[in-house]
Amino acid sequence: MSALSFRLPWQSQQRVLPGFGLSLGISLTFVSLVLLLPLTGLVGELKGMSLSQYWAIITEPRVVASYVTTISGAAVAAVINAAFGLLLAWVLVRYDFPGKRLLDALMDLPFALPTAVAGITLATLYSSNGWMGQLLEPLGWKVSYSWVGIALAMAFTSIPFVVRTVQPVLEDLPAEVDEAAMALGARDGVAFRRVILPHLWPALVTGTGLAFVRSLGEFGAVIFIAGNMPYETEITSLMIFVKLQEYDYAGASAIASIVLAVSLLLLLAINLWQGRFIRRLHGGR
Amino acid sequence: MQRIGDARWVRYSLISAAVAFSALFLLLPLVAIFAQAFASGWSTFIANVTEHYTLAAIGLTVLVTILTIPVNLAFGVALAWLVTRFAFPGRRLLQTLIDIPFAISPVVAGLVYLMLYGRNGWIGGWLDSHDIQLMFAWPGILMVTIFVTSPFVARELIPLMQAQGSREEEAAVTLGAKGFTLFRRVTLPNIRWALLYGVILTNARAVGEFGAVSVVSGAIRGETNTLPLHVQLLYQDYNTVGAFASAALLALIALFTLAAKALLEWRVSRQEVAA
Repeated sequence: MSALSFRLPWQSQQRVLPGFGLSLGISLTFVSLVLLLPLTGLVGELKGMSLSQYWAIITEPRVVASYVTTISGAAVAAVINAAFGLLLAWVLVRYDFPGKRLLDALMDLPFALPTAVAGITLATLYSSNGWMGQLLEPLGWKVSYSWVGIALAMAFTSIPFVVRTVQPVLEDLPAEVDEAAMALGARDGVAFRRVILPHLWPALVTGTGLAFVRSLGEFGAVIFIAGNMPYETEITSLMIFVKLQEYDYAGASAIASIVLAVSLLLLLAINLWQGRFIRRLHGGR
Repeated sequence: MQRIGDARWVRYSLISAAVAFSALFLLLPLVAIFAQAFASGWSTFIANVTEHYTLAAIGLTVLVTILTIPVNLAFGVALAWLVTRFAFPGRRLLQTLIDIPFAISPVVAGLVYLMLYGRNGWIGGWLDSHDIQLMFAWPGILMVTIFVTSPFVARELIPLMQAQGSREEEAAVTLGAKGFTLFRRVTLPNIRWALLYGVILTNARAVGEFGAVSVVSGAIRGETNTLPLHVQLLYQDYNTVGAFASAALLALIALFTLAAKALLEWRVSRQEVAA
């Protein structure tokens, strides 16, 4: 037994609770088989490709047009979400009014509603004879089958990210923060910008960033309202789907690798940025 | 003491703006789903949801969801127990890895599974030579559904179990509690609401997953068509009322999810007040 009882440095303290081996086994098996192993499928598909072939696929004009559509749609959606997400979080935390709980529950609707359902509903609402389309088209605002519709669908599916990230930070903000500003006679606008916003903007940027990443990958909600015209209203997720339907697995994998790399990098950036900010907030710990 | 934005006109205008935006942007679509589903009356709605292919799609969706939940429940609990009760190298990395499904576009998630387990993939080729087909069949749908819903239970449990700490469990161990008795009698009562909410979220996403499933399904009516894919097929066949009838069923599950969340939050806040 003595030969087996050596300990690694991180094992120095005796584990009191049971189940380390079991939970480690389940977790590692699951993470390897379900999360990591499938990613090797992509690598396998890309290995058979030369660099110039890869480059040709990912810079094909129709695919490049889809990057532009996706990124600009997600950017517009992020701006809408930052503004209205902040407004909603503020109203839900700071004011009491009838129906507040209902409004709060409604915020999670985009997460709970299947994306395909959101997609056909928005497409129907904003089509030329839909409830909203009827009102907007005489004014010359075409939402369906245009980039406006794409941005709208992206904003719909990702607004909870902003509301739910900003809300808890606003709740934790002590009342003294604004009392001090008010006592010194600052006006609302100035006081909000100078006193509240510095506390909120890390959460606001994180929430907006998460919403942006989600929008980049959104598929179900967008494809119905987008119209999917080549070079104009095709999003990148749809390009992958189109390549798959043409049995062009190499092409689909090449584009997917770009999408994957961009979303993982953005997520990493958000995490690092958030970590740095939290450290600064807690006095350089 | 007055706080920022407490002036009456500021308050009223901000509340009105928030309510107007939410009504137009969130509530109107919800109303539209049911208005469309019942556009041709109640009997047409019933005929639509009891139609043969719709029932087959509901059956497949229920099957996939029922199989997904226990798998992700076991994984979520094991992972949360591991990362909140033990210190070991790679703990942070493991917590980052479980967020992968949230970061990946669902279409890309479906694609990586197709590339590995499809006929051309290195596992799929072997499976094919043994006459096992996972992709374009229900096992493939199940696999991608497990993938996209895997973080929900763990994400709900980890912050809670971290906040609660392990003192109660350690006390129970010194009193002689072992293994699953310890978990069932000491841990579970503390985490049951978060666990339940994790399951409800897993359920909502498993029922509604579209992008990843549409890549690996093949959408054969009556065979590999889930309810969200069925909605798409009907909509593209210009059967709008039929599409919205199925969509209404999915929207009901979404409403149930929202109600459950509100209820659980209310319970938790009441517990906090009591404590």
